[in-house]
Amino acid sequence: MGLARGFGKIDMKRKWNWPIWIGFIIVLGGLFTYEFFAQFPFTRDFPWVNLFLFGIGVTLLLVGLFRAFGRPQVYRGKVFGSLFATISLFLFAFFAYEIFYVLRQVPLSAQAPRVGEKAPEFSLPDQNGKLVALADLLSPNGAVLIFYRGHW
Amino acid sequence: MHVAAISVDSVEINHGHAQKMAFTYPLLSDSDASVIRRYDVLHRGAGPKNADIARPAEFYVDGSGTVQWVNLTDNIAVRARPEQALSAIGAAKGGRRD
Repeated sequence: MGLARGFGKIDMKRKWNWPIWIGFIIVLGGLFTYEFFAQFPFTRDFPWVNLFLFGIGVTLLLVGLFRAFGRPQVYRGKVFGSLFATISLFLFAFFAYEIFYVLRQVPLSAQAPRVGEKAPEFSLPDQNGKLVALADLLSPNGAVLIFYRGHW
Repeated sequence: MHVAAISVDSVEINHGHAQKMAFTYPLLSDSDASVIRRYDVLHRGAGPKNADIARPAEFYVDGSGTVQWVNLTDNIAVRARPEQALSAIGAAKGGRRD
């Protein structure tokens, strides 16, 4: 430290490199807001908002990494930037696997009743506890049966 | 034409949702998934805590009890909630109801 007079302080405090931190937070947001956006039809069928957040977060992380490795005397972040970037890649891989593979694994339902077959009988309680049989629903114009996953 | 929605949700859960959403059609509780199995629309382990639930599916059954239309969605991310299936069915049938 302290070189010949005429020079100012050389060892400046390095900057914290906010794109790395903000980028990582946005990546986490992209992952953890999936359930929230899945409530709305517009964002449910294809999670474009979450993919967009991943994109922005990763871009910011890359900006931060370029600064950290390009000008390490000015910017911090070689270590934690690399760590966050690696974690983000794993999170994105996990997310993409879930969205593009796991959710498409729908059971075959090969034995489901086909057009022309008789619909299987049943008798189930409705929301007031009253038993409803298939026969109760069929007249006069038949019935639509909607099987759904449940409101959980 | 009648409509009934079937899931593994309990009568209590269905009661709460019917009130909240002002449904006029029955929400039927198939808590042990026996009817879901009978229609082969079971999705093993897909529910909370790996519970067995139904995969989204719609059947139109005519007055004689014969299936006339089947819709098995191929992507679970498209969560078939009853109200959406109804509007799709309504559109397909040209809006005839009851």
